[in-house]
Amino acid sequence: MKDSMKDFDDLDKDIMTNQELQELIGSWFPIPAMEKESDAPKVVETEEGSEEDTVLEEKIDPSLLEFSEEGSQFLNIMVQQEQLHSLMSQLRNNIETNLDYLFCLTGVDWGTDLGVVYHLESTTHRHSLVVKVKTPDREYPTFDSVCDIWKTAEFHEREVYDFFGIKFNNHPNLKRLFLTDEWEGFPLRKDYVDEINMVIK
Amino acid sequence: METKTVETNFKSEEYFINMGPQHPATHGVLRLLLTIDGEIIKKVEPDLGYIHRSIEKMCERDSYQQIVHLTDRMDYLSSNINNEAVCLAVENALQLEVPERVKVIRTIIGELTRISSHCLWWGVMGMDVGALTTYFYGFRDRELINDIFEETCGARLTMNYNVPGGLMFDIHPNFIKRVKDFIVHFKTKLPEYDRLLTGNVIFHKRTKGVGILSKEDAISFGASGPVGRASGYSCDVRKHHPYSALDKVTFNEALKTEGDTFARYLVRIQEMWESLSIIEQLIDNIPEGEYRVATNAVIKLPKGEYYQRVETARGELGVYIISTGTKNPYRLKFRSPGFSNLSLLNHIAVGGKIGDLVATMATLDLVIPDIDR
Repeated sequence: MKDSMKDFDDLDKDIMTNQELQELIGSWFPIPAMEKESDAPKVVETEEGSEEDTVLEEKIDPSLLEFSEEGSQFLNIMVQQEQLHSLMSQLRNNIETNLDYLFCLTGVDWGTDLGVVYHLESTTHRHSLVVKVKTPDREYPTFDSVCDIWKTAEFHEREVYDFFGIKFNNHPNLKRLFLTDEWEGFPLRKDYVDEINMVIK
Repeated sequence: METKTVETNFKSEEYFINMGPQHPATHGVLRLLLTIDGEIIKKVEPDLGYIHRSIEKMCERDSYQQIVHLTDRMDYLSSNINNEAVCLAVENALQLEVPERVKVIRTIIGELTRISSHCLWWGVMGMDVGALTTYFYGFRDRELINDIFEETCGARLTMNYNVPGGLMFDIHPNFIKRVKDFIVHFKTKLPEYDRLLTGNVIFHKRTKGVGILSKEDAISFGASGPVGRASGYSCDVRKHHPYSALDKVTFNEALKTEGDTFARYLVRIQEMWESLSIIEQLIDNIPEGEYRVATNAVIKLPKGEYYQRVETARGELGVYIISTGTKNPYRLKFRSPGFSNLSLLNHIAVGGKIGDLVATMATLDLVIPDIDR
């Protein structure tokens, strides 16, 4: 039984180092400052177009994408909520990026803004990317669902809806996942207060 | 096989039944809402939250040393690997280099945890499909590992052996001998597992061709661990993103392409062989040195975002920490393997029979606290 495993050894050939990954992704989404300097002034750079159009369709305005590597081991892209779905489907479907594995989908309450963080990985190229989206609307925060691109998003988006109250357009079954339907409020938001069940230091 | 359509006067009707939350095959408090037509499953909808403790919210309140203890309570069968994940995330954020001794001991105990978890899975898997003997065989061998753990750190299940910076104590003087004895013992027992269940004709009929998951769907559903690997999807974090001492050992990633229940079974059996081989490579070469490096009593992570992936017995566990530079994480997310693996249950169970659902669920190896967190 042990011998049958050896047939699959060649699958590991595609793995690239972190440096190669950075250069590869950097060539698609050029970033002026590639150095990793923790104490440097903010490395958030705004792209002004140029080669961007060869990778991304005209639908996405490249000046609205923010690239950053500060304080993270991945390349981060901050995208406007209107452009989220079209960027995501291109990241997934473009043969060069081919980010087909959504390994983490996190809801975050940044104090004033509510947002979602998508961790993506390519199973063929083995590079990773983080896409972030946020909205200042705390009353009716709404993003487009990506569960037509990655099926795993269906459950993860329900979890985010349950704990952050973020709604997802075109989600097939958006309802509470862990909490009961009559639960009031969204517990993982920073302004959530429950005097009975929460221990606050 | 020729299929015949028989005209009957019976009316076909869909109805709902509850499976769980106390059903023995759900291995915990998971409730499945089944839409069935006769015995054919039309839809499976999991109802979660029976033991949800909101560990992620508790983490925002606790210090990093305290968080390690909470992670035991997620996937309690891989508790040591969960601890390791948080410790690695914190150490990477602090850029703290732990001694080689710690790395090797962590890897050995991690692989022992994996064997122990798979032993339990194997016993329960057999029981789910009607073979009660496997349960006793699996627990007999798992007990030996738990005894080693108990001697090492005082706990059998929720170990809390890792702390940011290293280990809580050094290993027990008997540790190496007992692990070696276990390897010798388990190498005679694993072929026994195969003789008892793997070659069993009834078991084959229950598992082959049941609950098939294609590679594309496995990736799209975020399957990881043995579930993904049984579909031919190379997703072993130990291979692709090695941590601790896993870059110093050679092992094969157990892969199958069939994607059915039997393939998931075989992948886990192979993983036990591979884990034994990893332990054998390391057990004689535990370097001398410190078992812990000192950290500040109050750990403050630098401002930033940290992501750590480890391979638990169930698949890929991700720890995503957003820090604002204080002693508590601003947001901490656990990407649990069981949660993603559960989401594909509806996809692979529809069209099958209720009895097949039990076998399929057994090979997804769901641990409910891991899903509910």
